[in-house]
Amino acid sequence: MFAMIIPAFIVGGVICVIGQLLMDLTKPAFTPAHVLVTFVTGGAILGALGLYEPLIKIGGAGASIPLSGFGYSLSKGAMEAVGKRGIIGAFSGGVEATAVGIASAVFFGYLMSVAFKPKG
Amino acid sequence: MVFTNPPVILASYSVVGPKEGQGPLGKTFSKVWKDQLNGAKSWEVAESNMLQEAMQGSIDQAGIAKDQIDYMLAGDLLNQIISSSFAARKIALPFIGLYGACSTMALGLALGSMLIDGGFARNVLVGASSHHDTAERQFRAPTEQGTQRPMSAQWTVTGAGSVLLGRRGEGPRISSATIGRVIDYAEKDVNNMGSAMAPAVADTILNHFHDLQRKATDYDLIASGDLGAVGLALATEVLKQSGIDMGTAFTDCGVMVFDPSQDVHSGASGCGCSAVVFAGNVMRRIKVGELKRVMLVGSGALHSPTSSLQGESIPGIGHAVVIDA
Amino acid sequence: MANQSLRKPTLAVSPENYKTLAQQYTPKPTIVKNVIRAFAVGGIICAIGQVIINFFVSVGLTSVEASTAATATMIFLGALLTGLGIYDEIGKFGGAGSIVPVTGFSNSIVSPAIEFKREGYVLGVGAKLFTVAGPVLVYGIATSIVVGIIYFLIH
Repeated sequence: MFAMIIPAFIVGGVICVIGQLLMDLTKPAFTPAHVLVTFVTGGAILGALGLYEPLIKIGGAGASIPLSGFGYSLSKGAMEAVGKRGIIGAFSGGVEATAVGIASAVFFGYLMSVAFKPKG
Repeated sequence: MVFTNPPVILASYSVVGPKEGQGPLGKTFSKVWKDQLNGAKSWEVAESNMLQEAMQGSIDQAGIAKDQIDYMLAGDLLNQIISSSFAARKIALPFIGLYGACSTMALGLALGSMLIDGGFARNVLVGASSHHDTAERQFRAPTEQGTQRPMSAQWTVTGAGSVLLGRRGEGPRISSATIGRVIDYAEKDVNNMGSAMAPAVADTILNHFHDLQRKATDYDLIASGDLGAVGLALATEVLKQSGIDMGTAFTDCGVMVFDPSQDVHSGASGCGCSAVVFAGNVMRRIKVGELKRVMLVGSGALHSPTSSLQGESIPGIGHAVVIDA
Repeated sequence: MANQSLRKPTLAVSPENYKTLAQQYTPKPTIVKNVIRAFAVGGIICAIGQVIINFFVSVGLTSVEASTAATATMIFLGALLTGLGIYDEIGKFGGAGSIVPVTGFSNSIVSPAIEFKREGYVLGVGAKLFTVAGPVLVYGIATSIVVGIIYFLIH
């Protein structure tokens, strides 16, 4: 139950520190949207180069929970699907591999927005 | 400009949100709301209600019949100044909508004084409002988004202030005004608006002193509204380098409203900020004789979310009005 | 813009000099403190994610399935905490530590949607769900397609 927690904490923490440095050291305002886009794209590219896989092995959730992990799953899915189905896989693989994440984000996001009132 | 028949401030009224009410000036406001909505269905409606309440407050306080008031001048921060227009719908006076960002109150006072001094009006109602939750989501990020605000950022005040100006009557008078010019020193960071507006405020003060042959010590209080702590320090420094010593009378409405412990970083901002500080705190201090001559320098950051996204810098403006007790 | 010709008197500080002055007076972000907080908050969120993965593995899911299920759970938690008005407080403290994890992605979906609820369920909530999520999906999916095509061409 408690295996891998320390590595997850360290790897996840380090990835978030990279995001913090990106926000604090770049001007003008590097917004959360920029951070998220950078991480998803960065994760997809690192995944394609085979550099993100080791991080998942070491850090577990520490590498899969940050949004770079989402990017990694996208490109990994695309490459695997290309292997099975050829060029069409490049278009289907990424979304297929991350379908649960995307769908749950849309669904839970909608649910919570409807259920709660903004507090300001 | 110096008014030959200086208009009288007949009444002033201010309404603020709960956070402002807890601040150091809390007791000087006419009314404090218990929450940000006060029964309205949206923040925008709440802001408009708040402005209407402040406007009506001034009318009631002065005890003047509505048909004696010739114009209502008001503005706010929202797109197409809906808070003011919607409040004007209920007040039902001839309405002139203003946009000067946070400088709106000073701009309204200057224009109202011109209308009265020029003989075009007997009484003029002036007001401005802002609301933290409406402004933040228009100009920055949704309030529920988990982001850190930089230390230079300012907090939009939830508040509405109004003043009733008249040609005759007893009270402090608006003796002169200086309309500022748009100055842009290329600040692009919307989280550092004080820095964007400081040169405009400094320029207006410089020109005001030059035109009237005055200096800072001629005033008991010079309040910019609202540069925040960062902008205030910058304006003081720029004026010093331009040969003007601001002394101890120079402060900022944005610095006055909140206590540093209220997590507002550089201070307050928004049309409502200078409006409530002026209509509340400053007017009160003039009435009890603590202040004899006051200059309010409203400062506005004239950008829009679109212009910022397109990488434009933030133009600033400052308008000054002088009140003699 | 900068080359305005103004009526005298004018300020003795040029826009160029003002820039240095402004930087000098603007408080710096407290980087060391922010980094430590981002590390702690981000680390804790990922550690919680790991506990959830371990739980799903213990009930018999494969590691890939468990990881996917954990991501969905974290998205749910992020959305719930945003709705309750708690996530923005975590974010104020943790900075990027709460933005980078998938819970932050979830926060970026719910926060604009909830604020624009009063503008209606289609053009308010429905459209605003994607103010931040939209760009993320656009760049993420587009990158994965490019990666897939390159992979196809190489093999």
